[in-house]
Amino acid sequence: MLIIKNLHASIRDEKQKTKKILCGIDLHVKSGEVHAIMGPNGSGKSTLANILAGQKEYEVTQGEAWLDGKNLMDLEPESRAAAGLFLAFQYPVEIPGVNNMYFLKAAVNSVRKHRQLPPLDAMDFLTLIKNKMKEMEMDEKFLSRAVNEGFSGGEKKCNEILQMLMLEPKLAILDETDSGLDIDALQRVAKGVNSLRDFKRSIVVVTHYQRLLNYIVPDVVHVMMKGKIIKSGGKELALELEEKGYGWLGSTE
Amino acid sequence: MTNQYLKQIVNKNYQYGFVTAIESDTFAPGLSEEVIHHISKLKNEPEFMLQWRLRAYQYWLTLSPPRWAHVNFPNIDYQNIIYYSAPRVKKDGPASLEEVDPKLLETYKKLGIPLHEQGRLAGVAVDAVFDSVSVATTFKAKLAEAGVIFCSFSEAVQEYPALVEKYLGTVVPYRDNFFAALNSAVFSDGSFVYIPKGVRCPMELSTYFRINAANTGQFERTLIIADADSHVSYLEGCTAPMRDENQLHAAVVELVALENAEIKYSTVQNWYPGDEEGRGGIYNFVTKRGACRGKHAKISWTQIETGSAITWKYPSVILQGDDSIGEFYSVALTNHHQQADTGTKMIHIGKNTRSTIISKGISAGFGQNTYRGLVRVLPQALYARNYTQCESLLLSATCGAHTFPYIEVKNPTSQIEHEAYTSKIGADQLFYCRQRGLSIEDAISMIVNGFCKRVFNELPMEFAVEAQKLLEVSLEGSVG
Ligand SMILES: Nc1ncnc2c1ncn2[C@@H]1O[C@H](COP(=O)(O)OP(=O)(O)O)[C@@H](O)[C@H]1O
Ligand SMILES: [Mg+2]
Repeated sequence: MLIIKNLHASIRDEKQKTKKILCGIDLHVKSGEVHAIMGPNGSGKSTLANILAGQKEYEVTQGEAWLDGKNLMDLEPESRAAAGLFLAFQYPVEIPGVNNMYFLKAAVNSVRKHRQLPPLDAMDFLTLIKNKMKEMEMDEKFLSRAVNEGFSGGEKKCNEILQMLMLEPKLAILDETDSGLDIDALQRVAKGVNSLRDFKRSIVVVTHYQRLLNYIVPDVVHVMMKGKIIKSGGKELALELEEKGYGWLGSTE
Repeated sequence: MTNQYLKQIVNKNYQYGFVTAIESDTFAPGLSEEVIHHISKLKNEPEFMLQWRLRAYQYWLTLSPPRWAHVNFPNIDYQNIIYYSAPRVKKDGPASLEEVDPKLLETYKKLGIPLHEQGRLAGVAVDAVFDSVSVATTFKAKLAEAGVIFCSFSEAVQEYPALVEKYLGTVVPYRDNFFAALNSAVFSDGSFVYIPKGVRCPMELSTYFRINAANTGQFERTLIIADADSHVSYLEGCTAPMRDENQLHAAVVELVALENAEIKYSTVQNWYPGDEEGRGGIYNFVTKRGACRGKHAKISWTQIETGSAITWKYPSVILQGDDSIGEFYSVALTNHHQQADTGTKMIHIGKNTRSTIISKGISAGFGQNTYRGLVRVLPQALYARNYTQCESLLLSATCGAHTFPYIEVKNPTSQIEHEAYTSKIGADQLFYCRQRGLSIEDAISMIVNGFCKRVFNELPMEFAVEAQKLLEVSLEGSVG
């Protein structure tokens, strides 16, 4: 599904100074697998997620990334979305004045068009989204509000998951979707994610906390530090990290 | 990267740039007393009109063109403009739609403004002004049943001279400014509306202005009177052919709302904006003002300004009646080398008067967008209130947004609130939309439309969708 080989990336700051963020990432996520990426703040997890989604702020200096045999670096962000990549953002943006339902319908139909499916009409769309919202225990009033505008942190995260459920991606990357959620919301988010889980889809969960992984049980756990994956293991690794922190890993370098 | 994409999107073609080949009666260029006599005679005007025009002309001669707006353009040679051009008609003018020249009907059809009384705009009465004259007005009979007068200005001068004489120039006197004086001297046609006491106008009224002839200025005048307890919603639209020369459009609009009356005036301005290098386009120098003369009167201006090389106008409200309300909702978009200096004046005179100003400026390319607004509260305007919100959206690094809010408050009981923001179209917003599968074009138009939502909501239903589309077209190829 997702293959990343020796990915290096950097960013240029205002003074045109280059800063290296990713220093050789290798990752292989197979169909049906759930991978967790953990690691201290600033280690490059969001950067990796954003680069995969097509954020061109960063310069990829080396390496490659493939989704289902497609070279991601050749594709515009919207084509990556159409190819089945979804990113639940760590900080979802607000789009004032744009109706949440209108936005989602445009997104769903745009992606359907790429996948050569007929567009959903208003009725079908409404039925579908109402079902998904019920699953997520979200209030229907969110449909008539502007995209993320005035949503609480938790509401924004739930809205990301709702979008994910509507877009039915092959590869979903969740960037700290659990942070800022109370325990109820966390369970709802996990429920939503698990409902999408099947042998054809893959999920990459970026998180700081073992807590979420109790609900979305990963097949593989990676630890990222300073732009590299320094350790990978089974789900027990998350428990170990919870107990010991990251310090013991850093010293092995 | 954003820049490049936005540039592509902001540059769509102007769809209304064609010329209608039609025989017309056109004056030689130039302005003199003789020209004014000639216009007045052609229109068979009563003496009071001629005298008023001549006084305006004499006054205009004493003025020099104003230069205070934040716009740049070469001096206009007023002797090089044609002041009258009208499609040739066989008789005195078409008595019914059947007699309108088919070429003209075809023109309006192409512009999306069908002049037959069914189809898409079946609920809207249209007065079609072509160069210097009104060529057709639809639904007159139906409106007459309700007692509503909706006709060309020329016709009003013939049929309702008393109403014209009573109200003409009472809101925008010819002494108001350079362009108002010029318009008063030479205006050739426009629309006239009178809504009698207690009548709610049964349909939307609209005037569609079309400039066709070259080197011709369009000087039209609109007068709308809403008598006590009446209500009317009126919309104007405008387009012009693509030409390398600039053309002057200097209109005057006067609104009078008596006690408890409400006038909603909407504009979708899409004059030819000039090409990407800034060649050609309309100079849109317009004076628009309404007077809330009675208690509880309400005047609301909504404007979507996407066209013209230069837009220079301040639709304003004089709040004379106690408890009267003035509103101004504006979206002004400037792309390429377009310039806009627009805003409003709210003059609070009556007690408990309220005004709201919502201004959205969008600049792309090398566009310059200025909001200029005045809120004046006179000493007797106890408990007056104003809320102003100005927002600018910048789509390129080479465009500009400027805000000049003037506030003069002469009474301590009033309450004035002003908010202003400038934002760049968010790269993060764009990325978010694209990550969800939207093309960059769709993403930009969605973000821009969201930005304008508050103003679009004020438009009559039939036109809100048009306005959105217009904005998309005008934005093609912008941002950076
Ligand atoms: N747009 C950016 N501009 C400058 N620095 C950035 C940018 N994005 C990320 N960085 C830097 O790269 C490093 C990794 O950030 P990030 O990927 O957000 O880490 P994580 O998600 O693991 O907390 C940090 O030092 C961060 O400051
Ligand atoms: Mg992060």
